[in-house]
Amino acid sequence: MSDTSATVTAPGRSVWDGGVSPLGASYGKLMMWFFLLSDAFTFSGLLITYGLIRSSHDAYAGAVSDFTFSTEYWPIPEKVFEAVPFLHGVELPLVFVGIMTFILIMSSVTMVLAVEAGHRMDRKAVEKWMLWTLLGGITFLSCQAWEWTHFIVGTDTPTLVKDFVNGEWITKEVVGASLTINQYGPTDFADFFFFITGFHGFHVFSGVLLNFLIYYNTVTGVYERRGHYEMVEKVGLYWHFVDLVWVFVFTFFYLV
Amino acid sequence: MTHSEEPQVTVLPPDKEKIKKLWTVAGILGALTLVEFVIAFTMGHGTLKTAIFVVMTIVKAAYIVGEFMHLRYEVKVLMWAILIPMVFVVWMLVAFVYEGMKFSEINF
Repeated sequence: MSDTSATVTAPGRSVWDGGVSPLGASYGKLMMWFFLLSDAFTFSGLLITYGLIRSSHDAYAGAVSDFTFSTEYWPIPEKVFEAVPFLHGVELPLVFVGIMTFILIMSSVTMVLAVEAGHRMDRKAVEKWMLWTLLGGITFLSCQAWEWTHFIVGTDTPTLVKDFVNGEWITKEVVGASLTINQYGPTDFADFFFFITGFHGFHVFSGVLLNFLIYYNTVTGVYERRGHYEMVEKVGLYWHFVDLVWVFVFTFFYLV
Repeated sequence: MTHSEEPQVTVLPPDKEKIKKLWTVAGILGALTLVEFVIAFTMGHGTLKTAIFVVMTIVKAAYIVGEFMHLRYEVKVLMWAILIPMVFVVWMLVAFVYEGMKFSEINF
């Protein structure tokens, strides 16, 4: 429990000799922190590898306004991600990703407000803020589903891509993207898109499930009977971490 | 009804100051993201632009981890137990960027 952080120790014994929590946090909360640390390494691995592979490809050298898709160089992200739902054919670079970033930050705020309400044993407020957090998470996932669909289906104009078929090089028109070929640039570009945003999206999905569990337990009064809302805090840590990762994905995948 | 079996719970009033602070942090995060957007479309590509983005991302990360995840207010040992292992990420970055530069020197 969170109130075991007493620092009073018997004479001649240090805080590390047992009986007290030297880190001032419960076992569950500590383990969540160390899990998140390991998860941070996983995402660092993905993003740094993205940097490595990107820097080993040629960068686009011409003016940004003349940019066209080609497998010869790494695409400029703002030229790939410029579509917004219901606005077909309108070029709005990174606007949709910006909206998604905003949604995730907002759901992080509502989560921390739920944690604050939990400290005050305010069940109604926890329910309210958990519902907003759930809504934010589900909206983000829906946005990502649209983004993936758009990325896979592709744009109106195909790109000429060289492909190795039956032992010889052929040039063919490609629309959209798969793990083996895509219209935006080198194969690795789409692969990293699928892996990085997919792995993050899966974290969001797990987060929504955990948030729902917390919401359910709050509504049924589990935490009220337990006497504390520490589970909201633990899942809150995970949810903020998902937001944290998106901040990095947004910068290193979409902006740079 | 089973209300009599429910434990007595004292609900404390909202901590206005704390809530205000949380919204301030949210405002800062939103503002930083907006500034990133402006920079993305007004500055030419280059090392300086990337450096600005990296610094702003780390500032945003510090706010999320420090305020939202409450790490700033935890026991110092816990804070450093989480932050010091990040050295490995820095090392990985250095090693991979170095490898990446060697990659581009080799013509496959």
